[in-house]
Order: sequence, then C-alpha cells, then structure tokens
Amino acid sequence: MPDVRTHEPDDHDSAYSGLLVNDAHWAFGTDFEDPLAGVDTTVPDGVDPATLATYCLMLGDDALVLSQRLGEWCSNAPDLEEDIALSNIALDLLGQARLLLARAAAADAAQVPALPDGSPVPDEDRLAYFRDAQQFRNVRLAEVPNGDFAQTVVRILLFSTWRLALLDRLSQSRDAVLAAVAAKGVKELTYHRDFAGRWFLTLARGTEESRRRLLAGLDELWPYWSELFEPHDVERAAALSGVGVDPAGVAADVEAVLDQVFAASGVDRPALPPLAGSQGQTGHKGRDGDHTEALAELLAELQVVARAHPRGQW
Amino acid sequence: MVTAALRRGTALERARDAASAVVDPELPMLTLADLGVLRDVAVGEDGAVVAAITPTYSGCPAMAAMRDDLVRELRAAGFADARVRVVLEPAWTTDWITPAGRAALAAAGISPPGPAPRRSGPVPLRLTPTRRAVRCPRCGSDDVVVGSEFGSTACKALYRCQACLEPFEHVKEI
Repeated sequence: MPDVRTHEPDDHDSAYSGLLVNDAHWAFGTDFEDPLAGVDTTVPDGVDPATLATYCLMLGDDALVLSQRLGEWCSNAPDLEEDIALSNIALDLLGQARLLLARAAAADAAQVPALPDGSPVPDEDRLAYFRDAQQFRNVRLAEVPNGDFAQTVVRILLFSTWRLALLDRLSQSRDAVLAAVAAKGVKELTYHRDFAGRWFLTLARGTEESRRRLLAGLDELWPYWSELFEPHDVERAAALSGVGVDPAGVAADVEAVLDQVFAASGVDRPALPPLAGSQGQTGHKGRDGDHTEALAELLAELQVVARAHPRGQW
Repeated sequence: MVTAALRRGTALERARDAASAVVDPELPMLTLADLGVLRDVAVGEDGAVVAAITPTYSGCPAMAAMRDDLVRELRAAGFADARVRVVLEPAWTTDWITPAGRAALAAAGISPPGPAPRRSGPVPLRLTPTRRAVRCPRCGSDDVVVGSEFGSTACKALYRCQACLEPFEHVKEI
C-alpha cells in the first residue's frame, strides 16, 4: 500500500485534518479496510461459487442503486428531519451493499473487474465502480429517477417491504456470511418500512394535494412491482442450494403487509400492467442486466471519479 | 510451560484493559466495551493480539476509526502485532450496552435505549409512532415526542421535550 494517509489516527476532532497531512488522498470509495476481515468466507459444500456470488451481487446492487437514489435527497428533502432520515436509510443500504459485494467477491474472484497492476482499490469498490449498467443485477424499481417526496415514500415502502421479507428468510441461509448480513439488515429495514408506511398513511390522509402526489407516485412505480417476485435462474439455483431465497415465495407475505398499509390509507391497488422487459413481458429485466436508461445515467455520476482514478488516489 | 501460560494470562489482561478503554468515535462518552461492539480480545502464543468488533449498523462509518484506535492503543500497551477482525454474527443489539454505558449516555444528555424488540414470526409493521418510556435527559419530564426515528448517527432517534422544549437524542432499540 502506498504511503497515503487520510488523517492522524487519533484525530477525530477536526473534519479538515485529513486535508493537511500530505497531498495524496484516497480519491473515492471505502478506504482499504476489508469489511469481512477475519470472517470465514468459505463457500458452503455443494454450492456453486459463481451462483452464490451472482446472487450476492443481485441483493447488493439493489441496495447500492437505491442508496444512490436516496443519497440524491441529501440537502433537498422537504425538511431537516426527513433529509436526515433519507440519508440514514441510504447509509444503511450502502452498508448492506458493501458487505454483499464483498461477499460476492470472496465467493468468486472471477466476477471482480480487473484494474491496473498495483491498484489498491478493494474488491467491493471494484464491483461498485467498475461494472457497466448491463453488469448490474438490481431490480429496476431501484433505479427509477427520483420524483417528489411522495414518490420516494412509495418507493421505500415497496422496496423495504419486499427486502425485509427476503432478508428475514435469508437469515436462515446455509451461507453464514449471507445469513449474518441478512439478520442485521432485517433490523435496519424494519425502521425503513415503518418510516415509509407512516409517511404513506400521512400523505394519503393529509391534504388533497398530498394524496394526489402519493397516488401519482404509486401509479408511476407500480409497473415495477411484479418484477420483484419473478425469480431469475440464479435466484432459483441459490434457493435450491439453500443459500438464497426464491422471491416468488415471499410474495404472499409482502402483499399482506402492503394491503395493511393500503387499507389504513384508503388506497386501492393500482390496476396497471407490469413494465415489460427488453424482449416483452417475459423478456430480460433488471436481474438479467437489462435496465432502463436511468441506470446508466445514475452510474455515470456514481462512477466518474473512480473511473478517472483507477489507482484509487489523486 | 506454567510460566508461559501465566505470562500469556497477564498479557491477555493487559490487552483486554487496553482494548476496553478505547472509546467510540461518535459517542466518546462510551467505551467500545460499554457499547457492546468489542466482542473478544485474544492473545496468541506468539504474543499477537486479535480484537474482534461488530458493527452497530451495516453502514456504520466509524468502523475504520474503531479499528485504527484499537490498533494504536494495543500497540501503545506493548503489543506490536495487533489486529482487528470483524464479527457479523450475532448482530449487535442495544441490549449489549452495559449499565455503565447507559449511565454515561444519560449523563451526556442522550437518552439510553429501552429493551430491544423481541419477536417470533414476521416483523410487525408499526404505522403509529413507536411508544417508548423515554424521559428528557435535561429536565426529567416524560412529556416528550419523537421528531424522527433517524438522527445524527445511525443509532439515534430525535426527540423533543414538551416541558423544557429542548431537543434531545435517544439511542433507538435494535
């Protein structure tokens, strides 16, 4: 590792101390500490490492992409409390993404993009910053551009209700790392879902304008909903080998929670068809790497600094 | 052999003492031991120390600072080879904050957490504000309202006291 230091290790008092040490700084990313340091990342018996890694990328990319969208709210939310809440949710998801991408890399190094020799950029950052849109496996709900606050509330409600159910089951995974990441994520997502559910109710029962905006957000995002429950072959294989969860299997539980929110809010389920994939209704979708054009734009902003500095410093 | 084992026992005590004294970078009134994130300290036969920590939240940005501080304090205590490993399971819970840690939080004006929620079966959806037995750390009133379940760090909620009108933070139960 080159002699780059970001700050004196015992100096937590000055936010600017890192700027004063020397001229070489980490350009981006998570520093060079392994988030799985000392964790046993042996792939369980009978599990295909590539399947496990791709499955982790799917769940990690969901979190990474939505984290980026929620991060766009920072300093733009309707009030300070909501600004902080959205940033907190984004940070939780970013943490989940980091662990999941690191677990993917540890399972199958072949999926980690190569960088110039000597680049100290860690595996999870390589996966976040050096893959193109078609290599991302997130569901398309995560990448839809932000609208107003009501649309964001709808998105967090849909996403966290689904992900909470997935991770709750995944906490029983045969892969101990995935199980641990999932168990921790459940605690975080519980707060996310409550936040979104309460705001959904508040906006639905608020003013005519707040209700109108909420329903518009729901109509905009509803076409992305059914995709969340369509299992990809990798998810099926991961579920069969006991490390993953088939998303079709959580649909009933998730819909029940959503109905609870809709009933309390006096909102009907939208009667809107699902958004087709790239080759029709049964064609490729987010899990296959086929995305809306919004993802490429999101990644351009997310990745531009890293791509310009593949050795990780400037 | 007996003396070697004894020596290692003393070394373990010294290592534990050094690691236990490290404070949380975001809640500096609490040691990592009081916060419950320091899960283990071990000394190998070669004298190397490995301290184990667990994140409070998945995205806790303080993990790197905790690791740096632990390594520095262990080195200062005479352990040239000091390492930090991550433990992910079981997940951290606020129930691990020690009584001393809770007292330190309260003394610093931060409301300590109540018991972490326990459940069997699916996670219940809560559409009404979370009810907690929280008192204002400044004036002691229980006439408080939650402003947001999310605060200045991942582990805290924002409250407001209706009696003395001061805002304060509450370490939320997980």
